[in-house]
Amino acid sequence: MNKTFIIIQREFMNRVSKKSFIILTVLMPFIFAALIFVPLMLSMVKSDEQKNIAVIDHTGKYFPMMANDESYLFFPEEEMKDEFRTDTTVYSAVIEITDDLIENPDAAAIYSRKEIPQGLSRIVNNAINEQIRHDKLISYNIPQLQRIMNDFDQTYSIRTIKWSDDGSESESNAGVAVAAGMILTFLIYMFVMSYGGMVMQSVMEEKTNRIVELMISSVRPFQLMIGKIIGIGLVGILQLAIWGVMLAVILTVAGLMFGVSAMSNPDIMMSATSAPMPEPTEANAILASINNLNLPALGGLFVLNFIGGYLVYASIFAAIGASINEAEDSQQFMTPIVFLLIFALYAAIYSAENADGPLAVWCSMIPFTSSIVSMVRVSLDAPLWQTTVSLVILYASAFTLIWLAGKIYRVGILMYGKKPSLKEMIKWISYK
Amino acid sequence: MNEFFLEAQDIVKCYANHKALDGVSIKVPQGKVFGLLGPNGAGKTTLIRIINRITAPDSGKVYFNGHLSQPDDIYNIGYLPEERGLYKKMKVGEQAIYLAQLKGLDKREATKRLKEWFDKFEITQWWDKKLEELSKGMQQKVQFVITVLHKPQLLIFDEPFSGFDPVNAELLKREILELKNQGHTIIFSTHNMSSVEEICDNIALINHSHVVLQGEVNEVRSQFKTNTYRLGLHMGDELSANSMFEILSSEEKGGEHIYTIKKSSDISNSQLLSSIAAVNEVTSFSECLPSMNEIFIRTVENSKL
Repeated sequence: MNKTFIIIQREFMNRVSKKSFIILTVLMPFIFAALIFVPLMLSMVKSDEQKNIAVIDHTGKYFPMMANDESYLFFPEEEMKDEFRTDTTVYSAVIEITDDLIENPDAAAIYSRKEIPQGLSRIVNNAINEQIRHDKLISYNIPQLQRIMNDFDQTYSIRTIKWSDDGSESESNAGVAVAAGMILTFLIYMFVMSYGGMVMQSVMEEKTNRIVELMISSVRPFQLMIGKIIGIGLVGILQLAIWGVMLAVILTVAGLMFGVSAMSNPDIMMSATSAPMPEPTEANAILASINNLNLPALGGLFVLNFIGGYLVYASIFAAIGASINEAEDSQQFMTPIVFLLIFALYAAIYSAENADGPLAVWCSMIPFTSSIVSMVRVSLDAPLWQTTVSLVILYASAFTLIWLAGKIYRVGILMYGKKPSLKEMIKWISYK
Repeated sequence: MNEFFLEAQDIVKCYANHKALDGVSIKVPQGKVFGLLGPNGAGKTTLIRIINRITAPDSGKVYFNGHLSQPDDIYNIGYLPEERGLYKKMKVGEQAIYLAQLKGLDKREATKRLKEWFDKFEITQWWDKKLEELSKGMQQKVQFVITVLHKPQLLIFDEPFSGFDPVNAELLKREILELKNQGHTIIFSTHNMSSVEEICDNIALINHSHVVLQGEVNEVRSQFKTNTYRLGLHMGDELSANSMFEILSSEEKGGEHIYTIKKSSDISNSQLLSSIAAVNEVTSFSECLPSMNEIFIRTVENSKL
């Protein structure tokens, strides 16, 4: 056991003390925060740079529909002038509407010296469509049309209230739960992929370096493998912990700086940027539902799933790394694993739509997908027994896979030359 | 104290398509250098791995220092594999200490011993360098130090001289003999037969998964003796053949007339010498034992048949 500890220590220290690890760990939260705040800031910056659009509307009824917004200012013009075609003009685009568009649909066009932005076309199309719809409705001569139309324009958002076991009611918001679940799911996916890959890389390096022969004249192959898996896993957990703390701090500070009140929690930030900026009451609702998420339980299950998922895949990666001789050969074995992981990620995304559907339930039981899918389901309150069964299966498979991988690893690391087939690898398991 | 530090009895090891060892038995005497010889693919590395407990034999037993080999014995073995390898990106000193710790040394003791060895090999300035920055010869030295650092009772060197220049090979040879004098038992696997004559006390020759020759070096050599002698006579003296011997060759060199003669097998050395000395001034007389190289080639060729 002592030997395993020495190996864990080396694997851990060796990676943690690397410059690339330190830099990446420190920079990543900033990159992450930047990903959230740069679009926010850009959208603020954009309003300073509104573009002028000339509208030559001979009918006079479409222009009023074109509302100025943060990107575009619309100005009426009497007629097409030659100066619009030169680059001295103040207008970046010219819209000309020569006739009623119900009778003559080809009568409108946008001209510009530059490529016309999608956003502009969309605004103009919407404005014109709205007017056309309006005109058509009027042509039916319905009495009190204006009142009917105003009535139509109501939007409604239903309150969602969750009953808890003790009978109390609380505001819930599946959006927040799904967002939290997806973030955790994605984190597990990312870490399993990158740290599992790291295990494979490291096993392969020892094999191709030929140091492995020296190593296993001192320690049992299994100790070497498990030491590596644990050591690298701890690096992942450390990185995750650092990121968690840094992200919380950065978001709080940035939130205060930008004066957005509800930013003390990263989860809010996510949902706030992914959805359109919520109305104040809606923000309160989101805050309320975040408070209603069972964060300690969610966090605990995240750690359990994270470790279980990592162990399952790291042991597979270790077995692969031990079996192959060159990095090029790894492709063949990696591809199915990567497919499996991507499938798990997609299953998680679809599970968010229907957390109790057969796809979600089955994928949260199969150990290769469960660690990734479970987080979405857990955040949506999957039944406790299912969560428990899922974890039991996950850990049982993790330990079985580690044991099997140890058998393959032990034989594989001393096999040089030809690339083994899957059949041979399975045969290694039964070697004495 | 046992006469034999290590005994392997009837080791059989099969791989998927071939038998790597088929009933191999060796006896390695305590405190001696034991040469494990054999052509490529004969099964030497497999045997070494079994002794190191890297792989288990299909059948057969290994006795280590009198008892049946057990897991903890590996702390008493230092192994220098033929395929050298260390962590390229790790610092030399750090790496050596790590590997020593895995062999059961505590960190402080490992550091202390390592400093001594590095001073001895004049590589102290490389302590904080990454291994990949060192020349190949330098890496070999580091690996040698790592092998012996934990002062194991049994040392196994697999082709230790490959990659060393003659000066460093000589240094290494001295170190190996020094280790032997300190009481270490050494297994020495090589193709380099001249070094076998210089270093080894006993040998075992493995070919096609079997031990084909085993014993003390001088005994083995005399088994292969051909009754050939090197005789030096005073310059000007001529040797005339008689029934006791025949002359194979002659040359004049360095003030001597040197003959290579082959005596009839029923004649003793003193009879031969007195008959020659009766008529000639003998300046030197020695038996020509076959070199290990010849023995190796002859045995391997014969066992092929």
